[in-house]
Amino acid sequence: MLRTVLRTVIASTAALLVGAGIAGAQTPKKGGTLNFGVVAEPPNYDCHGSTTFALVHPIAPHYSLLVKFDGKEYPKVIPDLAESWTVSPDRMTYTFKIRTGVKFHDGSPLTSEDIKATYDRIINPPQGVVSIRKAYYADLVVEAPDPTTVVFKLKNPMAGVLEALASPFNCVYSAAKLKENPRYPETQIMGSGPFAFVQHVKGSTWEGKRFDGYFRKGQPYLDGYKIFFVKSGGVVPGILGGQFDAEFRGRNPSEKAQLLEKMKDKLTVHEGTWVNNLMLVFNTTRKPFDDVKVRQALSMAIDRWGGSDALSKISILKFVGGVMRPGYSMSLPEAELVKLPGYSKNINKSREEAKKILEQAGLKDLKFKLLNRNIPEPYTPAGVYSIDQWRRIGVTVEHEQLETKLYQERVAKGDFDVAVEFQADFMDDPTAQFSKFLTKKLSPSGYSGHTDTKIDEMYTKQRQTMDVAERTKIVREMERYALTQAYNVPILWWQRIIMYNKKIKGWYMTPSHYLWQDLSTVWLDQ
Amino acid sequence: MATVATTPSADALPKRANPLWQFIKVQPLGVFGLLIILLYVVCALGAKWIAPYDPEAIDFAAMLAKPGEEHLFGTDQYGRDVFSRIVYGARTALAVGILSSMFGCTLGALLGAASGYFGGRIDNAIQRVVDIMLSFPIIVLAMVVVAVLGKRAALGIDWNLIAAIALPIIPKMARVARSSTLSIVAMPFIDAARAAGFSHKRIILRHILPNIVAPYLIMVTAFMAQAILLEASLSFLGLGVTEPTPAWGLMLSGTSADFYQTAPWMILFPGAAITLAVFAFNLFGDSLRDWLDPKLKS
Repeated sequence: MLRTVLRTVIASTAALLVGAGIAGAQTPKKGGTLNFGVVAEPPNYDCHGSTTFALVHPIAPHYSLLVKFDGKEYPKVIPDLAESWTVSPDRMTYTFKIRTGVKFHDGSPLTSEDIKATYDRIINPPQGVVSIRKAYYADLVVEAPDPTTVVFKLKNPMAGVLEALASPFNCVYSAAKLKENPRYPETQIMGSGPFAFVQHVKGSTWEGKRFDGYFRKGQPYLDGYKIFFVKSGGVVPGILGGQFDAEFRGRNPSEKAQLLEKMKDKLTVHEGTWVNNLMLVFNTTRKPFDDVKVRQALSMAIDRWGGSDALSKISILKFVGGVMRPGYSMSLPEAELVKLPGYSKNINKSREEAKKILEQAGLKDLKFKLLNRNIPEPYTPAGVYSIDQWRRIGVTVEHEQLETKLYQERVAKGDFDVAVEFQADFMDDPTAQFSKFLTKKLSPSGYSGHTDTKIDEMYTKQRQTMDVAERTKIVREMERYALTQAYNVPILWWQRIIMYNKKIKGWYMTPSHYLWQDLSTVWLDQ
Repeated sequence: MATVATTPSADALPKRANPLWQFIKVQPLGVFGLLIILLYVVCALGAKWIAPYDPEAIDFAAMLAKPGEEHLFGTDQYGRDVFSRIVYGARTALAVGILSSMFGCTLGALLGAASGYFGGRIDNAIQRVVDIMLSFPIIVLAMVVVAVLGKRAALGIDWNLIAAIALPIIPKMARVARSSTLSIVAMPFIDAARAAGFSHKRIILRHILPNIVAPYLIMVTAFMAQAILLEASLSFLGLGVTEPTPAWGLMLSGTSADFYQTAPWMILFPGAAITLAVFAFNLFGDSLRDWLDPKLKS
């Protein structure tokens, strides 16, 4: 057993070092088709109305963005269609210089008008167009004074403007085509990204071919890419059988062990934190979850530090953290986190205290239902672990696992006691990360149903604070407050494990599975 | 001289063999099946005393332990004792298996008896509904019911799951009950009952149903195996029992499949428990049919 573990660690470390070293040193080779698996299929092709990686992974190579996150140096924002930008001294105006000579796949030129039309569609979607993040950009006004300039003016101060504009969902569409039909992106793909669309065989494959008119000279390196839509359980057999060479969302530790055992030094492995967590949402409109003490007691029963090590071996749940991703510049340092309810490293003391609180509240034999999705990874381990932890303070919990659609209906209606909910976005910005901690008045995903406007006020204040140090201070205060009020409490943050055939180079892992998927820098060493 | 007829003494009459003993003698395989079923029943009823560990208690220190002295069947990814989960899992399997096959068969028998007894339009209408129900694969029908109804737990049992499993049984039992009823309604005692002015309800309940008890019992035992298998399948698909409740099908599903190479005992033992239970119920059901059906006695 020990030998197997050692072998795995050595192989994984070697793969990491060798993979990173070679990628850094070698000159990219041209040609070849990248085959990779995606474990879900996009419902339609419109980036602006989507929240899923199932759309990003097949579609991102077809589109350009105004700016994008750097895969090598996340969270640095780098130019894409923008060549450069300036920010006014009051930080209320962002002026972008657009590259010249950029073409759409149909040969038409891309200008600032296309970028304006794209953002207008996101901010003020026409009738029938779904724009999921329109509230996020509500404070922006877009102007295109000339073909190579785009100006974003802020109606109110807004922090993290560049990061918000680097959203992988803000695909730039053709203004002319939008004018003809604002809903064309739902069914047609016509972007200016490194790869042109070839075909989508529903339930089977997706293909893209190199766009020779791509604005970054010499890129992309690949002739094309082919996606195989497979069930999650089909990824490891697919890679081992040679059907495809990678999967870029993330696999679990058991799959990593299986692939390492069979592929040994032919596998590159990346591991790191993921901007995703699972949290418990207490329905504060139901008794006894309206009582902060009860919510705190239930959080205090969960041994996050003790569970982290073991759960990380059997699931993607791994890192202990608060509302912000552990390790992110604005997250609460561990020394402060352990002082908050539910984060103490002395679990026995914490549980004794939790028992006392419940006894005092007359809830010695508390019983409730935990609503969860019936998705095995990582929802089931999170539910099983939480239920076990609550049993240890005498609380009996029934696990109710439903199909995602039924689950979402129940959560949206507020028909639950406690729910296991995810937090996932393309970036760490607190404006995104706190969206599920707010009142329903401010956020439709404020599922806990609390009416505490103090958290909303802090949220708005941080959003409007441009100074990073000042904003960090507010965010940390907000995190302390949110975790103490415990309307929602994170269980554990996810680990992202990406594995692919060693011949794939030029792909860099970020903490988000939505980012760095345009494949422009990817090449095959064969 | 008048001859007085005398009743022969009890000793003089040919002895009627004890039916249980007769069954044991004639159907040894059925007895074997019954013994396995009884073993499961003992496990289900005495789980608290038989299982060495709490089946839901997580013990990460014992994660994926091999079968051995401490854990007879090893442990799963949460360090839970597989043997204890199988013992407790018998409760779920038998509760769902017995209740759903009994509900399904009882409703099917009533429907079939009514169909055969009334005949005509009523028979036609019932049989067409039965035809429609039979046209769906069992698992698909059960999945639809589970998806539509969701969960409704009481007394630790998901009654909607039982309904989902019972539903595909109804038309099959209804067909069997109808054909038995058709032969019974042609018998003179039914005409006599009608002539005596008995109500339809009384004739069905008092005269027809008691006469289809034999096929009913055979079908109940046969469907118990199917119900156990269906419950395991639904749990495997994530539609039946939910974690952390110990259930055999559930033990094979979800992330358990990720560990089949490193910890094969996690799927071998629950798989064996399902196979053995289905085998036992089928064996017992077949033997019961052979024993009760006069046509097969020769």
